[in-house]
Amino acid sequence: MAMQARDIEKLIVEALPDAKVEIRDLAGDGDHYAATVVSSAFKGKTRVQQHQMVYAALKGNMGGVLHALALTTSSPEN
Amino acid sequence: MSINDTIKSDITENDVVLFMKGTPQFPMCGFSGQVVQILDYLGVPYKGVNVLENDEIRQGIKEFSNWPTIPQLYVKGEFVGGCDIVREMFQSGELASHLTEQGLAVKQAAKA
Repeated sequence: MAMQARDIEKLIVEALPDAKVEIRDLAGDGDHYAATVVSSAFKGKTRVQQHQMVYAALKGNMGGVLHALALTTSSPEN
Repeated sequence: MSINDTIKSDITENDVVLFMKGTPQFPMCGFSGQVVQILDYLGVPYKGVNVLENDEIRQGIKEFSNWPTIPQLYVKGEFVGGCDIVREMFQSGELASHLTEQGLAVKQAAKA
């Protein structure tokens, strides 16, 4: 089972409309990705909360069809 | 004892707990292995809980922390993060200072 990078990006942007999302397919197998997400919604949130927001956006795909997504999150100011 | 109580007692009775795939001696997943390496490097004692041995804990911890993946690191009963966050905090030196602030002895500071 795999997920396309554009589907991941779409889900994230649906939940966090101002998000700038950059996704890299690490192994070329559609199963191991790294994503950088920058959104003003992360402002004032802890790292754990920021990642939880992205996982929520992915609607249960994380840890399921999406095996590995290395996440880096930040708000635009930092 | 419910699975939530088991998790709660694990993270209250131990200062540092790593929910992981495999054991600290034999990690069964690269992400769990990375966190093991970081904790070993910092020389901080921790309890490893092998979620592959207990399907209830494997599911239970995901709901408990509202976090979909393993590994998960707890310090003094508080969820610190998964592999990405732990690595980021280690590299910035934040993890060592977080542990020290919690009164836990750390052997070495972070390296870049």
